[in-house]
Amino acid sequence: MDKTFLKLENIKKTFGGVQALKSVALEVRSGEVHCLAGENGCGKSTLIKVISGAHDPTSGEIYIEGKKIDKLTPIDSIQKGIQVIYQDFAVFPNLTVAENIAMNHALMTGTKVMNWKKSREIALKAMEQIGAHMDPDVLVERLSVANKQMVAICRAIINDAKLLILDEPTTALTQKEVSRLNMIIRGLKEKGMAIVIVNHKLDEIYDIADRLTILRNGENVASGPIEEFDRKRFIKCMTGREVEEVYYRPEANKEEILKVEHLTRKGAFEDVSFTLNKGEVLGITGLLGSGRGELGDALFGIAPAVAGKIILNGKEVTIKSIGDAMKCNIAYVPEDRLTQGLFLDCSIQENTVAASISRYMEKGGLNYKKMYEVTAKWIQKIGCNAKSPKPLIRTLSGGNAQKMVIAKWLNTDPDLLILNGPTVGVDIGSKSDIHKILRELAVQGVGIIVISDDISELIQNCSKILIMKNGKASGSINSRELDEIKLARMLTSEEVTA
Amino acid sequence: MKERMKRGLTTNEMIVVYIIFALCVLIGVVNPAFAGVSTVVTLLRSMLVTLIFAAFEMLVIISGGIDVSFPAVASFSMYATAMIMNASGLDHVVIAFLIAIVIGMMFGALNSVLIVRFKIPPLIATLGVSSVANGATLSFLGSKEINRLPESFGKLSRVFIYEYAGETGITYQLTVLILIPMIICIGIWILLKFTMLGRGIYAVGGDKNAARVAGFRVTFIQSFVYVLAGGLAGVGGVTYMILMRQAHPQVLMGTEMMVIAAVVMGGTRITGGHGTILGTILGVTLIALIQNNLIMLGIPTYGQTFVVGLLIVIGTSITSLRTKRIQNSIKI
Repeated sequence: MDKTFLKLENIKKTFGGVQALKSVALEVRSGEVHCLAGENGCGKSTLIKVISGAHDPTSGEIYIEGKKIDKLTPIDSIQKGIQVIYQDFAVFPNLTVAENIAMNHALMTGTKVMNWKKSREIALKAMEQIGAHMDPDVLVERLSVANKQMVAICRAIINDAKLLILDEPTTALTQKEVSRLNMIIRGLKEKGMAIVIVNHKLDEIYDIADRLTILRNGENVASGPIEEFDRKRFIKCMTGREVEEVYYRPEANKEEILKVEHLTRKGAFEDVSFTLNKGEVLGITGLLGSGRGELGDALFGIAPAVAGKIILNGKEVTIKSIGDAMKCNIAYVPEDRLTQGLFLDCSIQENTVAASISRYMEKGGLNYKKMYEVTAKWIQKIGCNAKSPKPLIRTLSGGNAQKMVIAKWLNTDPDLLILNGPTVGVDIGSKSDIHKILRELAVQGVGIIVISDDISELIQNCSKILIMKNGKASGSINSRELDEIKLARMLTSEEVTA
Repeated sequence: MKERMKRGLTTNEMIVVYIIFALCVLIGVVNPAFAGVSTVVTLLRSMLVTLIFAAFEMLVIISGGIDVSFPAVASFSMYATAMIMNASGLDHVVIAFLIAIVIGMMFGALNSVLIVRFKIPPLIATLGVSSVANGATLSFLGSKEINRLPESFGKLSRVFIYEYAGETGITYQLTVLILIPMIICIGIWILLKFTMLGRGIYAVGGDKNAARVAGFRVTFIQSFVYVLAGGLAGVGGVTYMILMRQAHPQVLMGTEMMVIAAVVMGGTRITGGHGTILGTILGVTLIALIQNNLIMLGIPTYGQTFVVGLLIVIGTSITSLRTKRIQNSIKI
């Protein structure tokens, strides 16, 4: 099939004086998976909103199935067969699977009466189409993220969808769930549906995409079949600069920063031992629920370990609370930036000094000038794209906000920095900046522990890697002996091998 | 199937049924006279007005809001209706109800403007409206109770659908007014279960944003709920006036806690999105049972407040612990 379903030409969109989209073109064919890639703030979301009818473009032409559309409202868009699945899925946690799936149908037909039997039928049919198996009578709040996504997909396809847009569908999924999602997407593609996926994870894009459109700063940079893009060109197109994929492999150093012996917290992890030497970056990985996150939480005293020894810079320390950990100069960048890492409604400078606030207390008040200066220094040093320390931190993109979370902890002069998922939801440019910062810190002698399930991140940045499975850890493996394929295989294999 | 049965036996509603049953057994053992038709009649009479309030309060809570203004709105409607009826010489129950509904709906509309348009948190908005309504009653309408009511009120209060003569010679009579909460409950049950508007109320309470994206008219649904609540508060007020044969500007004030407690005990989640009319009826039954019968267990009047409070704390803890357990349980 080679039929153009949607064609956008010369789309422009300005908000106030800001040009979010400057002449964007996009062509999506039925029966293809089209990847829309680009860094945060490149205009991907705006473009999706234009397609879904939520935003009216300032100028430009939209063609659907060859016909020119003068004005596209959200309802038009849905009636023409365009369905968007947003990152939060927009499902109702308090309703059953069946009702969630059939809800759109009922709303579309404008019925005033709720038909339970028909809802069930619609839901079962939709699930059958994508090969999902869920109890239709179960409440959605009891479903895993992956299954909530299935519900959202089922709901999208019941109204003869012709174009399905998925906004960053894999952010919260495990590797296994991603491959299941890919299978479903391929199935829908074979049925002739056009699919647009917004993503910026390279490996996943190569896995699924047929064609690719890359946006940068609201402009088309490149578009074409996936075969025309090798990794290097792809990254160059996305970031506008050459991002080297370097491998951090420092020389062995005998000076120990952290030694952990037989650390145990029942139900989370058991008998975990490792050492971290000066100059090293230790990676801790494992599937979701393997105890990798809990280990980080324990080292920072959030959910302390009940047994085992932690030796920091040659001294044994007890960490029973976050206060203990901070006294030991340990810093922790938590997994969920939005709820655990940031005060979203505070300014950048307030966030930056949040972990070291006592230093800015003078004469019973806060020294805002000092806060401003130190934040300005960090913004520059860490390469954050903020114009001033004053605006609210929620105005920053994911990558820039994450940089400031790291700056917040660096401002405490830590001896040991633990990062849980340091680049989740962060674009490639910022990701490589963050990695560079971590490597520099390691060279300066700060102990760095990276907890992550991003295999290329681990291989590139960590000099040794600890794999966790069901709460048990392998011995640390020198990354010189590993490559991405090998690590991926070890992660999913059954046994813990040292 | 076994799974389904297990689920059926551990629903919030069933837990309240168990508690009610245990309480009945306890009271029945201490006082054998408890087990009788008279208990049912007394219980129904004392539940009557609370049930009206609880039914619409549940609707508001499901939609993700809360309304604490209903006692004041009901009082205002009751008092104003009595004054209008007396002044105009109109003497018909239906007219009284219509007047009260209109007045109540106006307060409901005020609530909905504050909450839906001005985005004021529902608790604050309705607290404010409560104060306004109560203040207006006392300062503009009057602070004395009105005992002279239209004759039709008195007539209606003497219509019974069931009479029972006890062995001691006391007759227990079930007033026809019990039909009002019954009709309201059935109406709300149909609304919630079988109309898209009702499902929209659940949807808005579950996730407002998702409801908007899905194409529900969120502002309409929210406004509808508050206006309906206001109207039904008016009905509750007039019902109370006919039942008690007097209009009192203050007597209903302070009932909101008890009503909200009954709703929450019945399994409605205070955070919105969950709740059934059956659960609410059971919750109201439980609270009424305690209020009426603790004295039989030898607990003095002041102790009742304590026990009711304790039950609210325990009851809400159980529901919230269950919610937490669902959230933390392994997802499927």
